Amino acid sequence: MDLYTRRLLINRFNLAVSLLTMLFGLFWLGWILLTLFKAGFGGLSAKLFLEMTPPPGSDGGLLNAIMGSLLMGAAGTLLGTPVGIMAGIYLAEFGSRGWLAPVTRFISDILLSAPSIVVGLFIYEAYVVRVGHFSGWAGAFALALIVIPVVIRTTENMLRLVPDSLREAAAALGAPQWKVIVLVTVRAAKAGIITGILLAIARISGETAPLLFTALNNQFWTSNMNSPMANLPVVIFQFAMSPYEDWHRLAWAGALLITLSVLALNVLARVVFRNRTATY
Amino acid sequence: MNSALLQPVQQSLTQKIRVKNLDFYYGGFQALKNVNLEIPERKVTAFIGPSGCGKSTLLRTFNRMYALYPNQEARGEILLDGENILDSGQDLNRLRAKVGMVFQKPTPFPMSIHDNIAFGVRLYERLSPRQMDERVEWALRKAALWDEVKDKLRQSGTSLSGGQQQRLCIARAIAVRPEVLLLDEPASALDPISTGRIEELVHELKEDYTIVIVTHNMQQAARVSDYTAYMYLGNLVEFGVTDELFIKPKKKETEDYITGRFG
Repeated sequence: MDLYTRRLLINRFNLAVSLLTMLFGLFWLGWILLTLFKAGFGGLSAKLFLEMTPPPGSDGGLLNAIMGSLLMGAAGTLLGTPVGIMAGIYLAEFGSRGWLAPVTRFISDILLSAPSIVVGLFIYEAYVVRVGHFSGWAGAFALALIVIPVVIRTTENMLRLVPDSLREAAAALGAPQWKVIVLVTVRAAKAGIITGILLAIARISGETAPLLFTALNNQFWTSNMNSPMANLPVVIFQFAMSPYEDWHRLAWAGALLITLSVLALNVLARVVFRNRTATY
Repeated sequence: MNSALLQPVQQSLTQKIRVKNLDFYYGGFQALKNVNLEIPERKVTAFIGPSGCGKSTLLRTFNRMYALYPNQEARGEILLDGENILDSGQDLNRLRAKVGMVFQKPTPFPMSIHDNIAFGVRLYERLSPRQMDERVEWALRKAALWDEVKDKLRQSGTSLSGGQQQRLCIARAIAVRPEVLLLDEPASALDPISTGRIEELVHELKEDYTIVIVTHNMQQAARVSDYTAYMYLGNLVEFGVTDELFIKPKKKETEDYITGRFG
């Protein structure tokens, strides 16, 4: 067998193996989605968005849980994003000198991979115990702690993708460093940074563990962030663990709802990133 | 070509930049070795030499671009209108307002064509919107780009072609009204037609500006410059009137390089 034929065969073999592993991964993902749709699709109705979580045996929806998830998700994102972006800017633009940046990067990476239940326990100890009750704010703080490292990581990476020549060009005009960063570098990386924020939102919208110890749950409607708050992941957890058939249906519907919104966020992130990076 | 004629002209020139005993270090590596050079006002001076000879490094000392990087250091004197810009007291942003720079790769900012030009101007002057529009037009006309972009000033600067982007960068540098223009291989990433336009532009701009251009293209240096410096391994080998340096170089090394026997 000559060398070229050998190379062709090896190439074919590797390509086949890659394809098979990809199909293997997709198979489970497809199965999960299929199960989710089968079990949850029937539960998707107007009621889901209009009525509160019911006691077992009666009719209801997930409105209070959806509202709670939206409120805490929004608060967590609003709290975590500015911190994450600014820390990311620090790491990318000032991080080449000194010891502070590498240490920060290391801690942020640990936070990024820390089990989210640890974050929940931390907020429980640091906030819930001190104020004496579970609350929406506690949930938002826990979510913010998950948002921060995600945003730090993407912001830093996206800023590093901006070529140094662009920074030099702005500096060569006599722009002070903060103007170079705010008006040129961050702007050039904007699409990537927004993508990072969207991915962080997608990440927290399915988190259960940090909310279990912080927001807990609430059978009733509330928009008071100082009281315990219902939220989709914890409701799903509670309803799925219950022996009641109608609660199971709601849990499936909620799971499908979260999955669909995460899917939508990911698609949005891709669209934003593609449209804005085409020019760079 | 005609040194007898050129001699008196040369003497009446004012020197815009005087480089005295300049050494430059990238960390432990010495990239420039005792460079002495005088750059005449409102002329085009070209730096030529093989890759890594220090020509870009030398250019980047004139606006202290290297100061962005902590391990780069220049020692010696660079006098701009008699003032040593290497002084620790030198205000870098003021210096860069006087000494503009255009880079090898076009670097349009991620904003509109209009705002690309206005960016630098806003750092130093408070202009009314109308005055700003006039300044933008003036700069774009100077850079021979106005006719191509006048109807799309609000479009992104990154939407232009490579050659247009580079002229946008030149317009952006001019808009601040500097005295010196540093061009770091401004045409090496461009096609021949765009290169030709940039060269024409350099020719026109020298009426108002002192221009220093780094190029690895010797024909380009011969075409656009009045004076040429040949550098090799961090040393300034030969500096003189471009025609003389290319036709009868004083040093054997220069001759070897420009005749293509080396490099």
